[in-house]
Amino acid sequence: MNPNLLWLIPTLPFAGFLLNGTLGRKLPRAAVSAIALLFTAAPAVIVAYLWAFMKSAGAPLALSVTSRPWIAISGFQVNFAFTVDHLTLIMLGVVTGVGFLIHLYSAGYMAHEDGYWRFFAYLNLFMFFMLVLVLSSSFLLLFVGWEGVGLASYLLIGFYFTKDSAANAGKKAFIVNRIGDFGFLLAMFLLIAHFGTLDFNGVFSQISATPLTGGFLTAIALLLVVGAAGKSAQIPLYIWLPDAMEGPTPVSALIHAATMVTAGIYMVARCHTLFDRSPYALGVVACIGAATALMAACIGVVQHDIKRVLAYSTISQLGYMFMACGVGAYEAGIFHLMTHAFFKALLFLSAGSVIHALSGEQDMRVMGGLRKRIPITFWAMTAGVFAIAGIPPFSGFFSKDEILYQTFLWDNPLHILLWAVGLFTAFLTSFYMFRLWFKTFFGAERFDEHHLGDGHSHGVHESPAIMTVPLMILAILSIIGGWVGVPLAFGGHNVFEHFLGPVFHAETHVAGHMILRNAEPVLAAVSIATAALGFFAAYVFYYKKPGTAGVLAQRFKPVYSLVEHKFWVDEIYGLLIVQPLLMLSRLFLGGIVDAGLVQGTSSGLAGGTRGLGSIVRRMQSGNIRSYAGWLALGAAAVIAIALFTH
Amino acid sequence: MVPIAYYLVLAAILFCIGIAAFLIKRNVITIFMSIELMLNAVNLTFVAFAHMWHQVSGQIFVFFVMVVAAAEAAVGLAIIIALFRTRQTLNVDSVNLMKN
Repeated sequence: MNPNLLWLIPTLPFAGFLLNGTLGRKLPRAAVSAIALLFTAAPAVIVAYLWAFMKSAGAPLALSVTSRPWIAISGFQVNFAFTVDHLTLIMLGVVTGVGFLIHLYSAGYMAHEDGYWRFFAYLNLFMFFMLVLVLSSSFLLLFVGWEGVGLASYLLIGFYFTKDSAANAGKKAFIVNRIGDFGFLLAMFLLIAHFGTLDFNGVFSQISATPLTGGFLTAIALLLVVGAAGKSAQIPLYIWLPDAMEGPTPVSALIHAATMVTAGIYMVARCHTLFDRSPYALGVVACIGAATALMAACIGVVQHDIKRVLAYSTISQLGYMFMACGVGAYEAGIFHLMTHAFFKALLFLSAGSVIHALSGEQDMRVMGGLRKRIPITFWAMTAGVFAIAGIPPFSGFFSKDEILYQTFLWDNPLHILLWAVGLFTAFLTSFYMFRLWFKTFFGAERFDEHHLGDGHSHGVHESPAIMTVPLMILAILSIIGGWVGVPLAFGGHNVFEHFLGPVFHAETHVAGHMILRNAEPVLAAVSIATAALGFFAAYVFYYKKPGTAGVLAQRFKPVYSLVEHKFWVDEIYGLLIVQPLLMLSRLFLGGIVDAGLVQGTSSGLAGGTRGLGSIVRRMQSGNIRSYAGWLALGAAAVIAIALFTH
Repeated sequence: MVPIAYYLVLAAILFCIGIAAFLIKRNVITIFMSIELMLNAVNLTFVAFAHMWHQVSGQIFVFFVMVVAAAEAAVGLAIIIALFRTRQTLNVDSVNLMKN
């Protein structure tokens, strides 16, 4: 096949963005969504074709296409270059496939919103940058995509920009991401300084060709982790993701669950050669991941907003993926990334459908009993909940279990601790997801059907087909998506791991696999038991005896209030970082630099000019003879200068 | 033979008289005459240099200047007559309708 086809994959959504962004305002809604869907479906078709080609016998392991130099300065050159290998294929499949389904859903979900064309233009812009990100074969082009998806995310979080909270959430996401991007930039500078190139192949072949290890590799890896932590919402930069729920629900599904937030995991996996050389950096990644998974899951347990529960659960699942990368099980991380994209997109879209049914209500305390009212959404959500809770044979079980198993095998004294944290998080995940499930769909109807929304309720209703069809497709994917990675211990072939093998060289703890293969069924049984325990806890607390949770919360008030306030992290950041910065800005930068230096200079310049003008103005008297006099004087001066200066 | 410097000094003196008169006098006809004086001072230098270099082009310039000066005199005097008819004055300082 012609590798130039790769150029088309990102440029098609960009064309959609240009069309909708320029003409969309004047087009009817049907045309806007048709354009957006067409320019998202086309890359998906190309990716499917690409996939078939790469799977065919004799196909190369990687397919590249390069432009003429983009930046060329002495000894340093960057091209626009795309590479597709098996890792990229999976990302491409997730981005275009899930992306298309979410576009389809959005066409129904956003039907009554203002700014329809703007929404789809931004979505296509996001697709463009995300595809650039996963296709790029150099750090710099990856960074372009990285920043671009951040921009699209900012625009879409602040989509309802007339709402203060949405505008602020957009700013928060952007600024927190800037901190991560700063780390990424520093990492790139170090890469240029040490390797003289930003090309993936160039850097990684130099790393693997020489036995070099050392401080600078760890420094680069840690700086990349800072970038990844910003984008993938890990401790300490996770605080933007819950606020990002201010955006429309399809945006939460696409950007803040399925694709953009996984960019950090993708980047770590892409740079596995680098990370493998720095056990310290890998340990940091694993610990950050485990800590984030646990902390976010704890917070998720006490949230009442249905979207916030899902947001914290996303952070927690991203923590799992980080942990997988940290223990060197990149395949497991990417596997979980894929299944998570399916079931979390499904959960968000189902939550959107619930919100749609209740005319905008997001608080689970006033839901309940929706099982019979919106059955398709209920069944879709059920598939998602079972998948994320890790109940076999749903997809989440296989990927999460693989991560826990690999963590258990990790060649590090901390492995039992991290495994225990992961297991406890799995219990919490199962608990809060079933809590959401019971509170939303079971029990008494706690909402007032005639006063939903802002008084313009249409009654509780199932969503139109354009929204339920993507739900059904995603539900099927959430059920069967894990079957590609059934481990050997359960009679599977772990196709997924073999598929990614060429990318990661299968160099990670092969020995461990052999020795502890027997442990896998035992560990799997433990995690199934944990998930079941979570289910029963939720069943008792939120279905059988609905009052129990409140009583417990009362008894452990200090703990409950700590978790309910999200460990006060936002407040601590506010006190330690935001307020001092604001003070510095107001007092020093605003008071002295701005008012004194900048304004002083400008008003001084203006005053000086005015003063000079008032003097020079006298020359313009309107008296012809004085003009003639100045003229004569000037001529005399010119002659004098000409005579006496040589 | 008279040195070139004499001609130039004479021309400079004439030119300065012209400037001084132009700046000092208020009568429009006198101003007009002082302009003619300056032109003729320049003509004198042209002729002097033409003589010195044995080049005819300087003298041709003088003819051009004379032609332009004649035309200017015709137009200028017509303006002065028109001015006097409307304002009954030749004082330039009192001709300030366009000012402000």
